[in-house]
Amino acid sequence: MSTAAPMMVVPRKRRGAELFLLLFAWILVLGAYAQVDLNVTGELSPRFPVLAAGTGIAVLFAHLAVRWRIPYADPVLLPCVVVLNGIGVAMIHRIDLVNDPPLDGARTQLIWTTLGLLLFIAVVAVLRDHRPLQGYTYTLGLAGLVLLLLPLVPGLGTEKFGAQIWIEIGGYSFQPAEAAKVVLAIAFASYLVEKRDVLALAGWRVLGLDLPRARDLGPILGVWVVSLMILVSQRDLGTSLLFFGLFVMMLYVATERPGWVVLGTGLFAAGGYLAFLLFDHVKIRIGAWLDPFGDFERYYQVITAQFGLAWGGLLGTGLGEGRPGLTPLARSDFIAAALGEELGATGLMAIILIYGLIVFRGLRTALQCRDPFGKLLAAGLAFGLALQVFTIIGGVTRLLPLTGLTTPFMSQGGSSLVSNWIVIGLLMVISHHARRPIATAVELDPDNQTTQLLSRAT
Amino acid sequence: MNKPIRRVALVAMIMFALLLGNVTYSVLFRQASLDANAQNRRTRDAEFAQDRGAILAAGKVPMAETEPSDDRFRFQRVYPNDQLYAAVTGFYSYDHGRTGLENSYNTELAGTDDSLFVNRLVDLVTNRSPQGATVQTTIVPRVQQAATDALGSQKGAVVALDPRTGAVLAMVTSPSYDPNQVAGHDIDEANTAWTRLAKTPERPLSNRAAREIYPPGSVFKLVTAAAALEDGMSPDTKVASPDRLKLPNTVTYLPNSTDCGGSETTLSNALRVSCNTAFANVGLEVGQDKLREQAQKFGFNARHLADLNGVASQFPDDMDRAQLALSSIGQFDVAASPLQMAMVTAAIANDGALMDPYVVARVQRPDLKPLSTTKPAKLSQAMSAANAKELQEMMRIVVAEGTGSNAAISGVEVGGKTGTAQSDPSRKPFAWFTSFAPVENPEVAVAVIVEDADIPRQDIAGGRLAAPIARATMQAALS
Repeated sequence: MSTAAPMMVVPRKRRGAELFLLLFAWILVLGAYAQVDLNVTGELSPRFPVLAAGTGIAVLFAHLAVRWRIPYADPVLLPCVVVLNGIGVAMIHRIDLVNDPPLDGARTQLIWTTLGLLLFIAVVAVLRDHRPLQGYTYTLGLAGLVLLLLPLVPGLGTEKFGAQIWIEIGGYSFQPAEAAKVVLAIAFASYLVEKRDVLALAGWRVLGLDLPRARDLGPILGVWVVSLMILVSQRDLGTSLLFFGLFVMMLYVATERPGWVVLGTGLFAAGGYLAFLLFDHVKIRIGAWLDPFGDFERYYQVITAQFGLAWGGLLGTGLGEGRPGLTPLARSDFIAAALGEELGATGLMAIILIYGLIVFRGLRTALQCRDPFGKLLAAGLAFGLALQVFTIIGGVTRLLPLTGLTTPFMSQGGSSLVSNWIVIGLLMVISHHARRPIATAVELDPDNQTTQLLSRAT
Repeated sequence: MNKPIRRVALVAMIMFALLLGNVTYSVLFRQASLDANAQNRRTRDAEFAQDRGAILAAGKVPMAETEPSDDRFRFQRVYPNDQLYAAVTGFYSYDHGRTGLENSYNTELAGTDDSLFVNRLVDLVTNRSPQGATVQTTIVPRVQQAATDALGSQKGAVVALDPRTGAVLAMVTSPSYDPNQVAGHDIDEANTAWTRLAKTPERPLSNRAAREIYPPGSVFKLVTAAAALEDGMSPDTKVASPDRLKLPNTVTYLPNSTDCGGSETTLSNALRVSCNTAFANVGLEVGQDKLREQAQKFGFNARHLADLNGVASQFPDDMDRAQLALSSIGQFDVAASPLQMAMVTAAIANDGALMDPYVVARVQRPDLKPLSTTKPAKLSQAMSAANAKELQEMMRIVVAEGTGSNAAISGVEVGGKTGTAQSDPSRKPFAWFTSFAPVENPEVAVAVIVEDADIPRQDIAGGRLAAPIARATMQAALS
C-alpha cells in the first residue's frame, strides 16, 4: 500500500451493472425453480407467481439499500450471492419433491433467506461503516468463544449426525459456530491490527525463516487449543479447521511473517494427527477418503455421493431428472453432490467459479481498502469463505476427507445462511469505503491515506 | 499488508484450481468405474428401466425377452420357457444381480456397451427409446427340450456339443429354477424367491453342467486310453487285468467291478468292459506326466465357457503311484465338469481336434446387423487323427457290444463310455455317460451325469441311468 502511487482512477459506482446482473440472477433462479417443478411434477407449483414476485421485490430492496447507503460497493458480490442462494433453494425444493408426500424445506429456507436479506440490509443501511466494529475487540472475542462452546452446555446442545454443533431453543435448532465465524473474524481483525507490530517482531531464525518470539505465542496457542477442543468435544473437524485456518491466515496478513503460517500449519498437522490416532470419527473420515469402497456400509454416504456425481457426468441429468434423494443429507452437507448430479460437472464447476468470484472480489476489496482493519477483515472474511467452500466441496468430491461444513448460501440451514449474508453485507460495506473516491486525493501523502481523521471528515 | 494478501489470493486461487481440477478428474477417470459398480443403484435402476435385448435360441425362439410394463421400470424381463433355459440365460434381478448370459452380456443387452454408441446417438437424435442388442445363442430348442425331458426330475446335468465347432447345443441342469420368479418387479417377492432358491439344499441356482466338478470315474478312462494310444499302444495291445490290483506301496487292493475276461486283455476290450485294473496298469505304465499332459490337452486345469463362468476341471499334481493308479480310472482327486467330459468326447469325435466351446453365436444390433460373431476356434490337437479314429472305434464297440448298449440308436452308429463314480462312501455314486454320433461323421457329442439317483446302489451304473438320456439327446440332435 505504502509503495503504491496515489490512486488516479476514480471508481465508478456501477449500480446499473449490479441491477442488470441481479435481473439476470433472478431470472436464472426462477428458471431453475420452474424447471424443477416442470420436470418432477409436470406443472408449476401454485406458489410460483408469489415466489417470483416476492423474490423480485426482496432483491430489488437489497439493491435499493445498496444504491442508497453504499453506492460505491462492489457490484458483483450481490448478484453472485443471489444466484447461489436461489439455486440452493431450487435444489432443496427439488429434493423436497423426492419425498412422498413432498416435504417443504424450501419454504423454511426461503424464510431464512428473507431474514438473511433483512440482516444484510441492516448491515448496509444501519452499520454502513465497518470501522466502529474495531472498538469491540474483546467483547466480540468473548462472544465468539461463548457461541463456539455453546453446544457443549448440557440441555442446550444437541447432537446430530455424530457432531455436537447444534443448540436447540424452543424447537428451533441453530448452529452457533456459523455466527461465531463472523464475530470472531471481526475480533481477530481488530486484535491483530492492534498487536501487529509486536507480533511481527522476529524471534528465532530457523532455516532462513523468522519465527515469532516465544512470549508472543500466546494467542495462536490459545486459538489452537480452542480449535482442538471443538474437534474433540464437538467432533467437528470442519469448524475446527475453519477457525484455526482463518486465524493463522489473518495473523500472517497482519504481521507479514510467513513464520506464522509454518508454525500454524505445523500445529494443525500435529493436532490433526493426534486426533486421527485418538478418535474413531476422524479415522472413519480418513478411511472414507482413501478407500471409500473398502467398507460399503460404513462409507455409504461418501460412496453414494460419488455415484451421484458420476451419474451426472459432464452435463448432468437436468434439474429434477437425477436421483439426488439417494444420498443422505443431500440438501445440507451433500448439496454439492446433488448439484453435480443434476447440473453435471459443468454446473458444479460454474458454481465453484461463482464462489471464486465472491472470494476474489473480497480479496480485491482487501487490497483496495485503505484502513488496515478493513483490509484484514475483508481478507479474513473472503479467505474464510474460500476455506469453507474448499473443505466442503473438496470433501464431497473426494479431494479431501469429508468434514461437516455447510456449503455457503446453498445448504439447508438458517444459521449458515444468515451468517453468510452478514459476511456479504460486511464485505460490501468495506468495498464501498475502499472504492469511494477521496475528496482531497491530490493533497494526500500516501502514508496518511488511512488516517481515521480524514475518513471521518467525509 | 498487500503482499501477504496477494499471497493469500494465490493460495485461494490454488484451492479453487484444485477443486475444478478434481471435478474434471472425476468426470474423466472416476466416472466409468463408479457407473459400473454393482452397488450403484442409479445405474441399476436405469438399466432395469431399459428395453433390454432378447436372448434367442436357434434364430427366433426367445429364451429371455423384454415386455413393456406399466410400473416404475417400464419394462419387465420375461423368460417364456420358465425353467428350460435357466442354466444358459441366468436371471436378471434387482437386488441379487445377474447370472449367466444376462450377466456376461449385460452391457450389450442393456445397450450401454461402447460398441452400441452410435445407436445410442441415433436414438437420442430421433427421440426413440434406446434398445439393447440381441444375443443369439447356439442352443437348439429341440435338443434342449429332449435332454430336459430325459433327465426329468433326476438331479444332474446334460451338455451337448457340436464336435466340429464347439457350439453348445444343449445345456441342462436339474433341479433348475424359474428365472421369472427372481426377475419380478415386486422386489420383496423376488427377494423371497431368491432366498428360498438359495437355501434349497439341492441348489437349483447352481449350473451343474459348467460350474460344478465331479469325480468322473470310468468315463475318464477315455483320457487314459488316449494317453496310451499316443504313447504307442494300440487297441490290441495286451494289458494285465488281474481280478484285483494291489496299489503300489499300500495294503489296499483295487477290485474290478466287472469281469475283465482273464488276467490279460486288450486295451479295446478293457474299455468295452470298463476294466479298472487294466486301466490302472495302463496309467502306471504311461506315467503321470503323460497322463496329465493328455488331460490338459483335452482341457483339464483350465477354465472354459467364460460366458457362463465355467470352472476348471482338475487333474492332480505330484501323485504317488497308488494315487496315479486311482487317477487313471477317474478316482482320487480327478474332478471334471459335464462340460469337460463332453469336450473330451467331442475332441475324440472330431479326429482329435478340440474346439473351444461357445454358447453365443452372434450379438446383433437392434437393427439386426451383427455386432460380433463367434468364429469356431481350435483349442488344441488333443491326439493324432489316426489315434482318434482308433479310439472312436473302441467307443463304438462299447455301445455296440459293451456296457453302453443303452445308448444305441437304430440305424446310427454311436460311440460312448459309461462311468460310475464314488465320491464318498456315504453318498450314492454318480452315474456318467458320454457319447457321440454318428461315428462316421460325428454331429453331436454328449455328456450326462446323474447325481445320486434314487435307486438301489448295486443298480446304479452309467449305462443304465445316464445312457438313455444321452441317447434321447443325440436323437434330437440328429433328427
